[in-house]
Amino acid sequence: MDVLTPRSLSEALALREAHPEALPIQGGTDVMVGLNFDRAHPAALLNLNEVVELREWAPSGDGYRIGAGVTYAEMMSGPLAAEFPALAEASRTVGSPQIRNRGTIGGNLATASPAGDSIPPLVVAGAEVECTSVRGARRIPVADFVTGVKRNALAADELITAIHLRPSGVAETFLKVGPRNAMVIAVCSLAVSAGDELRAAFGSASPRPVLVTAPRGEAATFPAQVAAAASPIDDVRGTATYRRHAIEVLTRRALERCLA
Amino acid sequence: MTVVLTPGKLGVGRVGDRALRSDGTPKVQGQFAFASDMIAPGMLWGHTVRSPHAHAEIVEIDISEAVAMPGVHAVLTHADVPGAKTYGLEFADQPVLAIDRVRYYGEAVALVAAEHPEQARRAAELVKVTYRELVPVTDMERALESAPLHAGKPTAGHGYREDDRPNVVRHVVIRHGDPDVEGDVTVTGTYELGIQDQAFLGPESGLAVPDGEGGIDIYAATQWLHVDRRQIAPCLNLPEQQVRLHLAGVGGAFGGREDLSMQIHAALLALHTNRPVKIVYNREESFFGHVHRHPARIWAEHRATREGRIVCVKMRILLDGGAYASSSTAVAANAASFAIGPYAVANALLEATAVYTNNPPCGAMRGFGAVQTCFAAEAQMDKLADLLGIDPIELRLLNAAAPGDVLPTGQRIEGSFPVAATIRAAAALEPPAPEPLPRDPLRLPGGAGNTTRGEGVKRGIGFAVGFKNIMFSEGFDDSTAARVQLFADGSAEVHCASAEVGQGVSDVILQVARTELGTDLVRLAPQTTATVGSGGSTSASRQTWMAASAVRDACRAAIERRDAGDAEVDVEIVYRHAETTPLDPETGQITGDRAHVAFSVCAMKVVAEVDVELGLTRIVWIGAAQDVGRAINPLAAEGQVQGGAAQGMGLAVMEEIQTRNGLITNASFTDYLIPTALDMPAMDVVLVEDPDPAGPFGAKGIGEPPTVTATAAVASALRAASGQPLTRVPVTPEALIGLSR
Amino acid sequence: MRINVRVNGVPSEADCWEGESLLFALREKLGFPGSKNACEQGECGSCSVLLDGVLVCACLVLAAQADGHDVTTIEGLGTEEELHPVQAAFVETGAVQCGFCTPGLVVAAADLLERVSDPSDDEIREALSGNLCRCTGYVKIFEAVRLAASRGAGA
Repeated sequence: MDVLTPRSLSEALALREAHPEALPIQGGTDVMVGLNFDRAHPAALLNLNEVVELREWAPSGDGYRIGAGVTYAEMMSGPLAAEFPALAEASRTVGSPQIRNRGTIGGNLATASPAGDSIPPLVVAGAEVECTSVRGARRIPVADFVTGVKRNALAADELITAIHLRPSGVAETFLKVGPRNAMVIAVCSLAVSAGDELRAAFGSASPRPVLVTAPRGEAATFPAQVAAAASPIDDVRGTATYRRHAIEVLTRRALERCLA
Repeated sequence: MTVVLTPGKLGVGRVGDRALRSDGTPKVQGQFAFASDMIAPGMLWGHTVRSPHAHAEIVEIDISEAVAMPGVHAVLTHADVPGAKTYGLEFADQPVLAIDRVRYYGEAVALVAAEHPEQARRAAELVKVTYRELVPVTDMERALESAPLHAGKPTAGHGYREDDRPNVVRHVVIRHGDPDVEGDVTVTGTYELGIQDQAFLGPESGLAVPDGEGGIDIYAATQWLHVDRRQIAPCLNLPEQQVRLHLAGVGGAFGGREDLSMQIHAALLALHTNRPVKIVYNREESFFGHVHRHPARIWAEHRATREGRIVCVKMRILLDGGAYASSSTAVAANAASFAIGPYAVANALLEATAVYTNNPPCGAMRGFGAVQTCFAAEAQMDKLADLLGIDPIELRLLNAAAPGDVLPTGQRIEGSFPVAATIRAAAALEPPAPEPLPRDPLRLPGGAGNTTRGEGVKRGIGFAVGFKNIMFSEGFDDSTAARVQLFADGSAEVHCASAEVGQGVSDVILQVARTELGTDLVRLAPQTTATVGSGGSTSASRQTWMAASAVRDACRAAIERRDAGDAEVDVEIVYRHAETTPLDPETGQITGDRAHVAFSVCAMKVVAEVDVELGLTRIVWIGAAQDVGRAINPLAAEGQVQGGAAQGMGLAVMEEIQTRNGLITNASFTDYLIPTALDMPAMDVVLVEDPDPAGPFGAKGIGEPPTVTATAAVASALRAASGQPLTRVPVTPEALIGLSR
Repeated sequence: MRINVRVNGVPSEADCWEGESLLFALREKLGFPGSKNACEQGECGSCSVLLDGVLVCACLVLAAQADGHDVTTIEGLGTEEELHPVQAAFVETGAVQCGFCTPGLVVAAADLLERVSDPSDDEIREALSGNLCRCTGYVKIFEAVRLAASRGAGA
């Protein structure tokens, strides 16, 4: 195994092209578990920690560009939390303080788990993933970027470099059901924003992200609509029946919060 | 809550003081050496090849490729075990390395030693084991009708009740009075408990070092050094004197280190390579490395008078022992012995059956059979109180047993047994007032998940009382040795092999020695088989009583010698508690004065909040009263109650090893969840002091009762809040909202 | 591969297998076994260290990622002669039992008090929610943090 440690974005992209077999590692909160438990045997690792460009965020157009290496902890405070409250709430539910200090939004997308906590608020926000290679950059809506359970649309020579999203400007929230009161993987989760359009996306209840929308006038039936759009399964963390039920309850509560 | 801190002082505590831990400073500095911290020059890393099947025949094992890997110094299979091929705490039914059959998922099949753990892992991958899969027996009821998993009956010939059904490890029947007596009212219930894991934080680890003369030194985290040695030596084909066990720092135990894990394996590799070998399990492997708490199915029937006096209890308890016997026989006896709780009941029929299956092996865990039955019995008490319209605490007081009463085994209770006082002490604790809304989501069910602002949240108060034997029972020759050396400079050294696993027995020993010898100049020697006799097991809540008694007696003997004129004194004594005898195999009645030595009681009042729409919980507060006899160290005793309550609560609300066809599906801390700082409630703890005349300084052991009671008490509070029957723990969100049991 | 890490202010070097975690390197190569290996999946906090001043699980940092960086471990808190106030408070309140979780908890608590000198009960619980303890039920750990805060540990 090799560890490749680029010192700039351009070097990182060149290494990515030259070594498509190298597994990118940023916060390590997913990759290291695979290594420690002998489940992943990558030929090489592409350590992105030294690429400062990935750690930056800034206003961009009418929204923000958040570098892929921005951590959950960073999204929980300051301007990012003020502009993206649901994303901040979701970030607060991720793992532990130690994980939030290290885990990144880009890593969450790369892992593309149905339980990825940042994904529902990003889907509701209509966020786009910036994927960059030596060939150039392209933007993919989050809902399209996640192509299946732990699968994504990243090309072999691309890195996730940033997320682009606009503040919703309306009330929004995030809720997550777990079997204990901290440090859990979502049994199911939900992000909602309530403007003229009601927008919802759930976690751990479908193989790919699903955005459910309805006019504000349909608030009464929206919880049932959202639950109907879910395709949950039974697994070690919960049953499909419970998940569907919980998503309906969460949607109702989210709307009560947002429309209050 | 106002915090009244009464900091103690280091190194000077006597009996009754809030003494500070002698190992506290190195532990907070990161300087305390745990088993996984051991390092030796030239050390190799051991790795265990494990079965991917719950039940299979081994057709062939091919190690040729693995042996040829770089850095690899040994690859061993059952053929390389020089002595006995099987071992076990009581019954040698478990292969050191699987021979022709694997009986559980994760069973050890082969060993590798290499220079780096990564080399060992890669080589382990190349050990080619050909299996022929067999249908696993995974249901404990069906096990009684399935083909036997073990040839012969490993537990036969030990004086247990004859039982011809296949896969019975032990069947205990306790018949007391006339079980056909009817009451005015009857409540029945069926209860179930999942498999709980000890989840000690320090995974199984240790280092084996060859002594160059054919013998071996093993540094391991264990609960009983001498019984480890008794099991290890025959497998290595060595006399016991050539096998020395030394206690390495133990990262928690809770019963899970009573059986062997890596000890024989590291020794085999070390003797084979003539190099020190270290084995460190990771968290996943730890789930395969030790026995768990028995899952149980319990059928209960309580008959009572209209006034609430219980006249008869019938209970049938089925315990899944998994693939090997471990301590299942004693767990079954305990489950039956304590099935009805600390109540005086004239008639009972109590049956407990432990069975072999292909599920994860189960054995000792804090509470040892009493946790399971307390959950069922206390649910029954709540049900009865509800049916009769009697306050549940009054119902318990009405039936509370006292010294002089007779237990279902026919044993008359002697010594300290303050059931009513303990119930009253817990009942008197005032729960906190309901908190107003809005609150931070951290203070609501669902916690950090931000799932409610108060919607759907209901509050309930529960109560339970439980009890358990302390020390070993049923005729076991239970002893603890202590050795005291007095030096001319007035200092003393105490040797006692009673394993310190975090519970604080080291400081109990030191406090007793300082008190008896009248000096602070007391050292505790490292705990080892090399310098002192057996300390007995650190289990069954027994070390405070046993080690304190042994050290007290040794100190007194040493003083006698010194007073007789010896300048330097070195005296070792062996302490034994009052003799117990087996239960009659047919009736379950005592065959002498007692089957159990002493008992300890714990009562808890619990406040819980349940989000009745999502089935999420917040345990708000636990008020605990613990019968301690006399607290040798109140600070440590409180810690036992708090920690024990946390584990009992964990079983009530979240902890379960899940299996599918015998395969563990959540062998990680990602999916086997234990309580976090945000799950633990505030606690008030009262120590009830009613000195036991037979206990050292009046003290009794208290390690287990808080865990016994907490599961039942938390479940009681959750029932009160949710209105659901909750007959199975851990309680699921589904059950809390009525989607399932 | 060779890595250079400044551990507790002292430059240190080690030869590592490329897939090794910082935790393994600290414990087995660099001579700092104080950080503990309880879960190796970021679920228990026993290996908590500060990486460039940020609280992280050393098991989730690739050793190579620490190359050229600063790491503070439990061994870097307090001195031989004088315990860090959080360490002293853990001893005095009985917050230590088996002690396996203790190094991580002490590092996390000290980090909390650096940022928040007088934390509320909720802040203490949330800050320590990534550090599992199986022995104590946390009650005395919370007392320890409050005691350390009351003595100005974070000042």
